[in-house]
Amino acid sequence: MNRTCIVRDLGLMSYADALVIQEAIASERKAGRGTDTLLFVEHPHVVTIGRNGRESNVLASPELMRSSGVTIFDSDRGGDVTYHGPGQIVAYPIMDLREWKRDVGAFVRAIEQTLIDTLEEFGIQAFRIPKMTGVWTVGAGGEAKIAAIGVHLSRWVSTHGWALNATTDLRFFGYIVPCGLQKPVTSMEKMGVRADPEAVKRVLARHFGAQFGFEMRFESQAETPELTGAIR
Amino acid sequence: MTDVVMPQMGESIVEGTLTKWLKKAGDTVVLDEPLFEISTDKVDTEIPSPAAGVLSEVLVHEGQTIQVNAVVARISDGSAAPAAAPAAAAAPAPAAKVEAAAPAVVAAAPVAAAAAPVVAAPEVAAGVPAGPLSPLVRKMARENNLDLTRVAGTGAGGRITKDDVVAYMAGSAPKAAAPVAAVAAAPAAPAPKAVAVPGKTRVEAMTTMRQKIAEHMIMSQNVSAHVTTVHRVDMTKVAKMRAKSKDAFAARHGMSLTFLPFVARAAAEALAQFPIFNSSIVGTDIVYHNDVNIGIAVALEGGLIVPVIKNADEKNVTGLQRSIVDLAGRARARQLKPDEIQGGTFSITNFGSFGSVFATPMINQPQVAILGVGTIEKVVAVVDDAIAIRSQCFLALTFDHRIIDGALADQFTGKVKAILEGWSEEIS
Repeated sequence: MNRTCIVRDLGLMSYADALVIQEAIASERKAGRGTDTLLFVEHPHVVTIGRNGRESNVLASPELMRSSGVTIFDSDRGGDVTYHGPGQIVAYPIMDLREWKRDVGAFVRAIEQTLIDTLEEFGIQAFRIPKMTGVWTVGAGGEAKIAAIGVHLSRWVSTHGWALNATTDLRFFGYIVPCGLQKPVTSMEKMGVRADPEAVKRVLARHFGAQFGFEMRFESQAETPELTGAIR
Repeated sequence: MTDVVMPQMGESIVEGTLTKWLKKAGDTVVLDEPLFEISTDKVDTEIPSPAAGVLSEVLVHEGQTIQVNAVVARISDGSAAPAAAPAAAAAPAPAAKVEAAAPAVVAAAPVAAAAAPVVAAPEVAAGVPAGPLSPLVRKMARENNLDLTRVAGTGAGGRITKDDVVAYMAGSAPKAAAPVAAVAAAPAAPAPKAVAVPGKTRVEAMTTMRQKIAEHMIMSQNVSAHVTTVHRVDMTKVAKMRAKSKDAFAARHGMSLTFLPFVARAAAEALAQFPIFNSSIVGTDIVYHNDVNIGIAVALEGGLIVPVIKNADEKNVTGLQRSIVDLAGRARARQLKPDEIQGGTFSITNFGSFGSVFATPMINQPQVAILGVGTIEKVVAVVDDAIAIRSQCFLALTFDHRIIDGALADQFTGKVKAILEGWSEEIS
């Protein structure tokens, strides 16, 4: 019998607001309540700085970024500096890994496979590069990252997830990654594929379900007034 | 006393980096309360406390990479908190180990094999190694010729950990260190391996920029077949042109005229003639770039960055100098726009400004060549069978031998050299 995973699309929502929703669902899951959930969201321009991120990791000064309309979000999470913005399909799977494989490595590999299978349906050949978590493809300038992955686990319940560049304005990555010091980033659009984001999300959800043995149940936003209302 | 271990987080995970302690030594912890965070392969995991009590010992510092099942801390039950001190003596905390590892101990390490197991405090019985041994422990034992049955295990279930071996080897320190003769005699013993005995060290996490640079350098080394060719270049004409123009140039443009834009100008012209140096490799294709975008390596505090002069072939020396001053200045002020560090097709690095005569620079991927400029200095040279004083430098071209052969690389560098040696373009 397949387990159920709810798919909820938050639409365009700030990183901070979406974080509140993630944490609300995660705390339910940690308490053994609720249902595993796959959140889709699109964030306005934001650079998130993890706890290990220092000012020197950010290439541009905060003033320059703010003047370009980029919000800076200081997170208490570990890890890197990341960029999210319009045209990026961000997905947060919030699930209890004790009910799956209890395996952090397998979890990341399954997310990568979800993305690889999805991109293949859109005619983009994507692959893994050992020791460089994320999903890669080959563009005009060589290997480039098309989707980034970053996960947080607490009591085997996952938050955060992946960011797939559909039509992302890739120049914004230049604010955080000393370009030329790392493999470049790319997007579905740059790879010549201009797909309807709704279609991409549906295909992602289907492959995600296949990877994790979930029956995916789509939920419209109207069904969850209590959560979205609670954070305003 | 409960050992806190690095938990098993999946079949493929053998180690992780402890990124953050959420509690400090001496803090009271509740069962299942988040205690520390582990980072593995883009996943941060909060690890809950396996017991309630007082966090009496923290054995692993933030930033340290640890094996699954390694003991990272100990929790004593609340009532026994005062007893924590003697326990710590039996299994020294990291701070204590640093002290024990004075230089004399390093030399004396092989002696420890025969010495009594000083570490075996009464409460910990020495005997047959309990539990499986990690490859590291086995390696240490082999390299230091240790009898592991003499080492007291403090890991989960009495397992012998790396720290136990280190403590065991350090344990004979007082014995060896007391008579000076013992220390003097040490060199006669088989050369001690420095392995596993922590010296006096300081640990500092790399910044993200440093990590990216490290990744890029190794990646570049793995990707390209680096070969460097060095040409000696007579810079006398360039030096004369610069000397003639520099005062007027500074007055007119508000910046000084350096040698670098002359080299960039010559390189741009040579790139037009030899387009393969302005290309990238994609799979089995060679991708020729129509634009000549020259990256200029800029040293920053704690790192470097390579801002790009777009369409460098369309600029004269003045335009190139302006771009270099502007980009380098804003790179140091961290005011570069994303566009300005992307799309480079060739790079120049001016290590001569730091006094280097010549170096073998590393290719900035996905480019296929980089030109290094050595210090320009006056030398005695033979010109037309007469001895003369000339300004001279070495130009070092590192190229990707996958697609560029040595003869071609020398033609390219020879072209740059010819342009510089025959310089006639006036600077305004």
